[in-house]
Amino acid sequence: MYDVIIVGGGVIGCAVARYLSRYQARVCVIEREEDVCAGTSKANSGLIHAGFDAPHGSLMAQYNVEGSKMMPELAKELDIPFRRNGALVLCLNEEDKPRLEALYENGVKNGVEGLELIGPDRIHELEPNITDDVVAALYAPTAGVVCPFIMTIALAENANANGVEFKRNTEVKAIFPRAEGGWAVQTANGVLDAKCLVNAAGVYSDVFHNMVSSKKIHITPRRGDYCLLDHAAADLVERTVFQVPGKLGKGVLITPTVHGNIIVGPTAVSIEDREGVNTTAAGLSELLSKAGTTVKQLPTNQIITSFAGLRAHEDGHEFMIGEVEDAPGFFNCAGIESPGLSSAPAIGKAVAELLRDKLELEERSDFIPTRKGILDPKTLSREERNALIKEQPAYGQIICRCENVTEGEIIDAIRRPLGARSLDGVKRRVRAGMGRCQSGFCSPRVIEILARELGVDQSEITKSGGKSKYIVGTTKNRY
Amino acid sequence: MKQYDIVIIGGGPAGLAAAVAAYDAGVTGILILERDKELGGILNQCIHNGFGLHTFKEELTGPEYAQRFADKVRERDIEYKLNTMVLEISRDKVVTAVNREDGLVDIQAKAVILTMGCRERSRGALNIPGFRPAGVYSAGTAQQLVNIEGYLPGREVVILGSGDIGLIMARRMTLEGAKVKAVAELMPYSGGLKRNIVQCLDDFGIPLLLSHTVVDIHGKERVTGVTIAEVDDNLKPIPGTEEFYSCDTLLLSCGLLPENELSRAMGVEINRATNGPVVNESLETSIPGVFAAGNVLHVHDLVDYVSEEAGAAGRAAAEYVRSGGQESGGQEISVNVEGGPRYTVPCTIHPHKVGETLTLRFRVGSVMKDRFVSVYLDDERVTHRKRQVMAPGEMEEVKLTRAMFDKHPDLRHITLRVEEA
Repeated sequence: MYDVIIVGGGVIGCAVARYLSRYQARVCVIEREEDVCAGTSKANSGLIHAGFDAPHGSLMAQYNVEGSKMMPELAKELDIPFRRNGALVLCLNEEDKPRLEALYENGVKNGVEGLELIGPDRIHELEPNITDDVVAALYAPTAGVVCPFIMTIALAENANANGVEFKRNTEVKAIFPRAEGGWAVQTANGVLDAKCLVNAAGVYSDVFHNMVSSKKIHITPRRGDYCLLDHAAADLVERTVFQVPGKLGKGVLITPTVHGNIIVGPTAVSIEDREGVNTTAAGLSELLSKAGTTVKQLPTNQIITSFAGLRAHEDGHEFMIGEVEDAPGFFNCAGIESPGLSSAPAIGKAVAELLRDKLELEERSDFIPTRKGILDPKTLSREERNALIKEQPAYGQIICRCENVTEGEIIDAIRRPLGARSLDGVKRRVRAGMGRCQSGFCSPRVIEILARELGVDQSEITKSGGKSKYIVGTTKNRY
Repeated sequence: MKQYDIVIIGGGPAGLAAAVAAYDAGVTGILILERDKELGGILNQCIHNGFGLHTFKEELTGPEYAQRFADKVRERDIEYKLNTMVLEISRDKVVTAVNREDGLVDIQAKAVILTMGCRERSRGALNIPGFRPAGVYSAGTAQQLVNIEGYLPGREVVILGSGDIGLIMARRMTLEGAKVKAVAELMPYSGGLKRNIVQCLDDFGIPLLLSHTVVDIHGKERVTGVTIAEVDDNLKPIPGTEEFYSCDTLLLSCGLLPENELSRAMGVEINRATNGPVVNESLETSIPGVFAAGNVLHVHDLVDYVSEEAGAAGRAAAEYVRSGGQESGGQEISVNVEGGPRYTVPCTIHPHKVGETLTLRFRVGSVMKDRFVSVYLDDERVTHRKRQVMAPGEMEEVKLTRAMFDKHPDLRHITLRVEEA
């Protein structure tokens, strides 16, 4: 019997696990996919919003502002790539100015620090490539960018180092109350029991909620298409640039990533399919034309990939956090759409504290608050790097040419606890295959390393688990 | 810091030919840096024949062709390092590279030859919508899997793009027992060599769908099919023409991009038409003493021409070293193009530096029939040659001679013109 089972290994589930791991408790995270960070957490804008957008008084506003304030320390503790690059919300015509001002007022009420309304001259001083049509902007210096993959993986690794179990490749089929109290979780690999449950199942969080509560909720997957641009386009903008928001989310934005690419997106299309992460021609063309109005010229020839993510939009457009009234011990983290990533640390902490109070958990004396990331030799001095290569020659072997990722980093990504098992798992941890050739050159090498490290045949290696086999057999005369 | 006369970035066909030519021109302090585990570059995975007809007057496979040049390099004791990645080249020609044995090292060169080759346009760069399952490969990646690793990437295949590697892989996958259902080509003409259409598609009954493209990729884990649609004159899919092709694999052969990240980072000027460096008659880039040849300069269709071009770059680099790094100086004339060519390589010429012969290479932007390829030095037409068909998939060339330039001591304009009769 676990004290707590967390359903879903996205950023929210992993954040709850991490903050819960400071208490003495038996905790398990169950994830359907072969890796953490495989759903909504892997396909979003990678932003830590300043918090001016969510309506004042909402949980979204509260957790966003708090999460944003927690981020610098968390990034330091867990070695997460995070940078406060600031954000601009552009107003392209005079009629929209009142909405921009309302946004400013809302941000001030939310407690966002450093907000400023600025004019075209200052805007162009900050961002010379912004369209000349701009009439005003809201400047939020505390907005930031984060690597959503590493953020989720770091939270998971740190939770794991503090004793939290992770069951990957384990799909939850049903949840029901146990006669003797607590909850039973039926998975594809057997039944697990826990005193308390955390529902952090993203676009499926309504499904699990509705299994246990008579007060039904409804999640709509809201798809957003994105394009990713090569490092060569990095000079386009330094800050995250929005336009004054519309009804369906914050509109199409342009932002640098923490790794020096540019992301353009997302669209916002409500769909039925909770697995519908396909991009569409209409979506891609819509986002490029909208982003085209933000900057003087969008370098579309630098697009290296496109992808789509799903936001878990609840009908009430508000986070649903906490114990469900008619299901004691069942804690929701439902309806987590933007600013979900930004709010994750605050939600994780808040839910962990609710569980602490519910289960009367004691603090652990041996809690490890820090986690060391995968060593990137590019961050070392020449002398340090050469010493490392001498000791571990794999750090001298470049595997991914576009991102200059070494074999040493890939081995670390695979061998560490909760390590990578697939091409995408390696990619999200060390960026091999994330560059301009999109793994054309390095994928056969990465497969070879994965097979060697995992002790399986290369034909077993997948792109992202399940049936996503990379090769289907051997050639006729292979021996 | 280690010092060399010439450091060559890349040990593929261009790098090897450049090294041999530079050595034979009398400069022996040469180092080739190769990122892969053997010399020969992409030729090693091109196990089909058809290589070397011009260079060796016999038909070789890719690995055999590479071996000929690798042997020449070894016979001359030219130094090379494998598994070595060049990370940076400074303007003053300090090459920073890394490998397992030496770690991160700086190497001072007097001259540098850029021969990094090219990469394939990826699915992302094409921005094909749909899911992102396993089973989407560039044709070259599939070629590596099949020919080097001995693995089959899939059993039911659709190929987008009729570039040569895609055509070759259509045949190769068929021979390995896969079913290639169609090759879709966006343009109204093939991007590959005519002989490959015949030998790789026609001979195996594989349909080539011109003016068609993939508009959707299906399958959440592994590809389950693609939707192909016809495109209009503006290359936009025509609604109502969509057809579903069930398959587990989509190969992409939609063009090659010269790999000039190192060149750009060191400040070499890039030609927008070729995506390769701007070079003069000596195949010297905008940075004196830095030369370029092969697919990093512009994408070739035949390796024989790569070797020939790289030989010229090697000799020019040797000359640069021997002259003590003298800059070209004198008058430099841009080559104008009219009537169809998209570019020429070289794109500028110092008339006084033209050797016995000078090859101008170019590609046309669309299929052209019954035209003449002419070169004008000022108002004099110095060559005039009929071409029955020219297509964007095939590289064209025209040879100029020293004698032509000698007649024009005050030359001001050089024009390559494709003209009717």
